[in-house]
Amino acid sequence: MMKLVFALAALAALALVPAFAGPYPLGLGIGILGYGVLATAWAMFSGPTRYISLATVAFFGLGAYTVAVLADMLPYPLVLLVAAFVGLVVALIVGLATLRLAGIYFVIFTFGLTELVRQLVTYYEVNVTRTLGRYVFLPLGPEHIYWQLLALLAATLAIAFWVSRARIGLALRVIGDDPVVASHLGIRITRTKLTLFSISCVIMTLAGAIQAPRWTYIEPSIVFNPTTSFLVVIMALLGGPNRLFGPLLGAVPLFLLFEWLSANFPNHYSIILGLLFIAIVFVLPNGVLAAGDSLWSRLTRREARP
Amino acid sequence: MTTISRRTVLQGMGVSALATALSGLPVLAQDRTAIRIGYAVPKTGANAAGAGISTIPNYLLWVDDVNKAGGLELSKLGVPLPLEVVEYDDRSSSEELVRAVERLATQDNADFILPSWGTGPNLASGPTFDRFGYPQLGATAVTDMAPDLVKRWKHSFWLLGGGHDYANALVQLLVKQREAGTINNKVAIASVADGFGIDLSKAATPSFTEAGFELVYDKTYPLGTSDFAPIINEVSGLGVDTFVAFSYPPDTFALTQQSVVANFSPKVFYLGVGTAFPIYPGIAGPNHDGVMGVGGIDPDSEKLAAYFERHTALNGQAPDSWASAITYASLEMLQQAIERVGDIDREAITAELSSGEFDTVIGKVKLVDNQLRSLWTVGQWQGGKFVGLAHTERDGSRDPVVPKPVWVAA
Repeated sequence: MMKLVFALAALAALALVPAFAGPYPLGLGIGILGYGVLATAWAMFSGPTRYISLATVAFFGLGAYTVAVLADMLPYPLVLLVAAFVGLVVALIVGLATLRLAGIYFVIFTFGLTELVRQLVTYYEVNVTRTLGRYVFLPLGPEHIYWQLLALLAATLAIAFWVSRARIGLALRVIGDDPVVASHLGIRITRTKLTLFSISCVIMTLAGAIQAPRWTYIEPSIVFNPTTSFLVVIMALLGGPNRLFGPLLGAVPLFLLFEWLSANFPNHYSIILGLLFIAIVFVLPNGVLAAGDSLWSRLTRREARP
Repeated sequence: MTTISRRTVLQGMGVSALATALSGLPVLAQDRTAIRIGYAVPKTGANAAGAGISTIPNYLLWVDDVNKAGGLELSKLGVPLPLEVVEYDDRSSSEELVRAVERLATQDNADFILPSWGTGPNLASGPTFDRFGYPQLGATAVTDMAPDLVKRWKHSFWLLGGGHDYANALVQLLVKQREAGTINNKVAIASVADGFGIDLSKAATPSFTEAGFELVYDKTYPLGTSDFAPIINEVSGLGVDTFVAFSYPPDTFALTQQSVVANFSPKVFYLGVGTAFPIYPGIAGPNHDGVMGVGGIDPDSEKLAAYFERHTALNGQAPDSWASAITYASLEMLQQAIERVGDIDREAITAELSSGEFDTVIGKVKLVDNQLRSLWTVGQWQGGKFVGLAHTERDGSRDPVVPKPVWVAA
């Protein structure tokens, strides 16, 4: 109960940020929340199953495109609903077709999926509508986008919390540890994976839909940028994908670091970033939180010795 | 668990607050030592090549020119002030760009912000420029939406026309050639399936049909195509005198080479972005002569020739013959507007940009509804220069050479 009160208080405090923060900190806040949502949603499925998905930006981009297409036709809340539905349908199709794949095959497939979705959108726009760039003119300022992302993040964390406590979360962890054992235990592997995959993808789609009005102009090359997928993976891995706040703990410092690097080392950004990624994978393979835990236990064990 | 989240967020806020404190000290007019020019441009990523030709060299040249001349004369402050530059890499990402412009406006306190390269980035940063009240000189954005955009964002200026301007001018030019009997009625169009190609082909297709041309080929090819043999082979058997490609730089070069290899040498050979690049004659060799494309310059202008020389001396490469001169002219306009106002008063400077007349490398410029409507639309390589054949307001600087010289085998 205390924890719930605490969580609500934190949420209320964060919701007040736009009243005090200037435009630049608010922009940072939007970036942090955006990546926080994506990384948490990514870890919800990929953490326990250990299926590394590079399809994040495919769903993110679909959400943004749905808003671009429908913004003038439907009221905004309905547009978000449609976006979530589009994400769900695509996730179900993709999930049914591919969740039987494992390991490196799944990674490659999800990477290909992004390119496939991007090319399909391009093909449709070029040959059917004959407009490639789309304009999003919605009366939504940065603070509105911030609040929506904050709400989405709260919902995502709540779902992730529920999953980690519920039977489905346990089932997923068993599948991740050993699919053969899982099937012998009577776990419906495909259905479990599909459910979690769909929830995670719908959240990513919404994250894209909410951020679309910030760009005004949308093209496949803008919203289906594969870098986003890689950044999300590295953020979740840094924080620790198997903990509730792990991905968020990776997203916040990394995002601020990227921002600091691009402000101070605009010409060496890519080099530093590459070195950093290598360092994370080598030094902290299980994430910051896990590394902190193991360090803690090592220290306490040493103290316990006579 | 909740404490972690709160602490994390507070850390984040702490870092940004620190950043604000460090870089956000206000600059007072009396202790001004420079005028701060900020820009975020794509130094890496998909847009880097275009920005490296049309945008960045002109920003460098302008800053160099102004500082060599002793800075900008600000009558209300009574001293000439040099320009200082804050630059960022937007990594060809709209999200990065928007945040970089916010950073330039609120953290770096830039006095003026120069735009990024390309249509998408200029549109993406439009609301941000407008919100902070910075004039935005969109010299590399081609959009038919400009009349609507200027109503939406009062500080925006659109200087490179829209797809219709270029497509219609090409069709008018070809109609004259057909009436003169130099070309037949058949036209083939290949367009890149991306912003520029689609915008132009969408405008050109109905325009060609209305003018009575027969479009025997009108297809798109995916962005990133590298083998153009199938397109050229198909088109070369159709008996067209006019080949039009609304292409991007790598395609523009590859289409030229493939046409030479296949010995497909139509009387009118028109290509998209990249034709006006200074490297095009190097890539096409002797075959560049007579190739048409988007853009063009006035080959008789002494001012422009001097600009070409200064640009080449500073950057080691000549400017392109489409957006480069317009980009530089937009900076001259900004400079003259600042000096006329005599102070860093962005609202007054924006008003001056809208209503004033400016003397630039592309001649006298006066904007119409915040848009540059005086543009070269069709150009052709003649005697080593990409000369303007068609202009929205004046006559062509040279007559078109049709048919173009037959390809020389490489």
